[in-house]
Amino acid sequence: MQTDLWSRTLLLRGRAQRIDPRLAQILFLGMLLAAGAYLRDFAIHPLQIALTFACGLACQRFCEALTGRPGRSLRSALITSFSVTLLLRAATWWIHPLAVSAAIASKFVVRWRGKHLFNPANFGVLAALMLLPGTWISAGQWGADVAFAGWMVGMGSIVTRQARRADISWTFLAFYVGALALRVMWLGQRWAVLLHQLSSGALLLFAFFMISDPMTIPNARRGRAAHAALVCAIAFIWQFCFYRTNGLLWALLIAAPAVVLWDAIWPAPKFEWNSKGESDETTLVPLPFNGGADRPGWADGGAVGARLLRLLRRQKRYLPVQPRLAGRDGTA
Amino acid sequence: MVRHEDKTVLSLMNDYRGEPSEFALVVPVPEVLHREQIHIGDRELFRRIDAYSSPRLVEYYDPNPCQIMMREMTPMDAARLAAGSKLRSAQTESLGVTIEAQYTVGEYDIVILSATQSDGLEEWLHINGYHIPPGASRALKPYLRQNMKFFVAKINLKEHAATGLSYLRPLQFAFSSPKFMLPIRLGMLNAQGPQDLVIYALTENGRVETTNYRTRQLPTGVDLPSSVKDDFQSFYKDMFDHQVRLNGMTTVFTEYVWNMAWCDPCAAQPLSQEELRKLGVFWLSDVNRLVPQMFPLPPQGMAPVILTRLHVRYSADTFPEDLVFQETQDTEHYQARYVLHRPWQGSPNECPAAKTYFEELEQRRRKEAENLADLTGWNMEKALRKAGLNPSEKPGPWWHGLWD
Repeated sequence: MQTDLWSRTLLLRGRAQRIDPRLAQILFLGMLLAAGAYLRDFAIHPLQIALTFACGLACQRFCEALTGRPGRSLRSALITSFSVTLLLRAATWWIHPLAVSAAIASKFVVRWRGKHLFNPANFGVLAALMLLPGTWISAGQWGADVAFAGWMVGMGSIVTRQARRADISWTFLAFYVGALALRVMWLGQRWAVLLHQLSSGALLLFAFFMISDPMTIPNARRGRAAHAALVCAIAFIWQFCFYRTNGLLWALLIAAPAVVLWDAIWPAPKFEWNSKGESDETTLVPLPFNGGADRPGWADGGAVGARLLRLLRRQKRYLPVQPRLAGRDGTA
Repeated sequence: MVRHEDKTVLSLMNDYRGEPSEFALVVPVPEVLHREQIHIGDRELFRRIDAYSSPRLVEYYDPNPCQIMMREMTPMDAARLAAGSKLRSAQTESLGVTIEAQYTVGEYDIVILSATQSDGLEEWLHINGYHIPPGASRALKPYLRQNMKFFVAKINLKEHAATGLSYLRPLQFAFSSPKFMLPIRLGMLNAQGPQDLVIYALTENGRVETTNYRTRQLPTGVDLPSSVKDDFQSFYKDMFDHQVRLNGMTTVFTEYVWNMAWCDPCAAQPLSQEELRKLGVFWLSDVNRLVPQMFPLPPQGMAPVILTRLHVRYSADTFPEDLVFQETQDTEHYQARYVLHRPWQGSPNECPAAKTYFEELEQRRRKEAENLADLTGWNMEKALRKAGLNPSEKPGPWWHGLWD
């Protein structure tokens, strides 16, 4: 009886989560761009925005056709285009299209064991910053408004929870806040300094909309925690030891190769957006099975797939689903 | 403030008006400065750069609607805003203080200190006659922890008398450091209410902005009633106050960004190469000879110097951290510029177009009054009076005169 109830709950959960988390992300990023353009007067021209989206989507289609991969990642390309317009500033109109094309192309070129290595927007923006003239990032563009920060945290938690990758956002924030708090204490500054640093729109955008990208972070929860710690350490050193700007973005780029290492140490099924826009992990949830005494930790995202696999293995039901869990169905 | 790669030349001018004997300046610096790294600047240079980058009025004369006429444009002198943060503040190894260097430069007696304890440093400053406010040690501690040195200056009364000047000349110092910041927290110790600071940043590649606070441009290019010309300073002050209020006193405002080779319209002649060098622009060589021009067209090839003028009003609560800057690659020109249109002085009966002109003029003046109210936060009545309109007179309905 209890088992039936458990299965039904899981079925309900499965239906409730059929909404693609990327849709929520697109909606929120759109709101942020609109808010940025109208309330924070971002130095971005509508033509730059239009070209970014046109090039982002076209490049995605082109790369898909070239590599023969199924065309279903336009949503991801939209997210990348949003991120590029939110982050990158340029004096000329042709920078954004190049940056977003580099971002999308990196997904198809720089790959390791079926996963792309770099966060596309992160790669595109920093490649533009390094290689193209007249580019910059306005880290202070969001200001440090506590109400605005609360809004961003709220939206970010919804998206990351839907994608089941909230753990890396919160772990990263915990490490980073800890490091900032220690620095404030060591310097003997007032706590208002910490609050000011934490209300930074750039930090929250990074924590909830960039580092949480399920495709470019470790598959296992432990791996994600380690990765969050590494990114935090690099960003901290970059900003407070070398006094360089945009520490968070550079840290994510520099730390990206470590994902391979984390995945090797803590193997887990790869995250996939399937054709309905759900992760494969989510679609596996309503499978009927008996004996739910050993309940998997559904709600915590993370290594759900791995736990499910262990459970199914014990029940001899793993054969039909294992290839999908292991990400060997050729999808990306 | 001049910044190129990791090199900074900082020029500080204080609007100190108290007794010279009580003046004290404490500036955290990243290294022990040699005598040659310290220089006495020329106050005139500050006046020049202020005049060049001031918010300005432009005045257009409406053409005779019955003729085709050329537009005329007159650049106007604009408001001047006092620059500089005010720092007032006051030996022994037992206090953990080390005098790293000691110089007399112009009218200033300068010591460069390092310290191990902020309490000891505060006490040392008190013992040695520097008037620093209580609680200074807490503000000094973060700099001390970051292994910064302290540039401490007071007035050498004898030397000051010898200069024959009634004011204090700006202090300049040059140093290398990856930190591109301005320590404003120390200046808040003895501040009564919010303080204003105007920063002139000279860089090679693009405008300067803050990375830990929002930098935004002031509203510009707005049409205003022509009577604003009579009292532009008070208009600008009210407008700035209102913009600071709207942004919760948490924002740094950009007042001017322009390539140093030219200006349009010019509030004053751009600075010459020699003047720029005196301000510390060290990368200018004779190869890229700068010939400043007051033409409304960019000269052949831009100068490798961009001036960013930032204006910030801060209080201890709204600016908890020092200002941290970055040089962007943005070279787009910007100026805080306000536009007056002088009406044509003809008669409505001169031609049919003249009648339409006067009808439209009435609407335009109302719009100008609305702009004025929006920018300054004045109520509409005050703005209408300023525009020379009667607040009790309401505009006619939209269909008035439709069939004339």
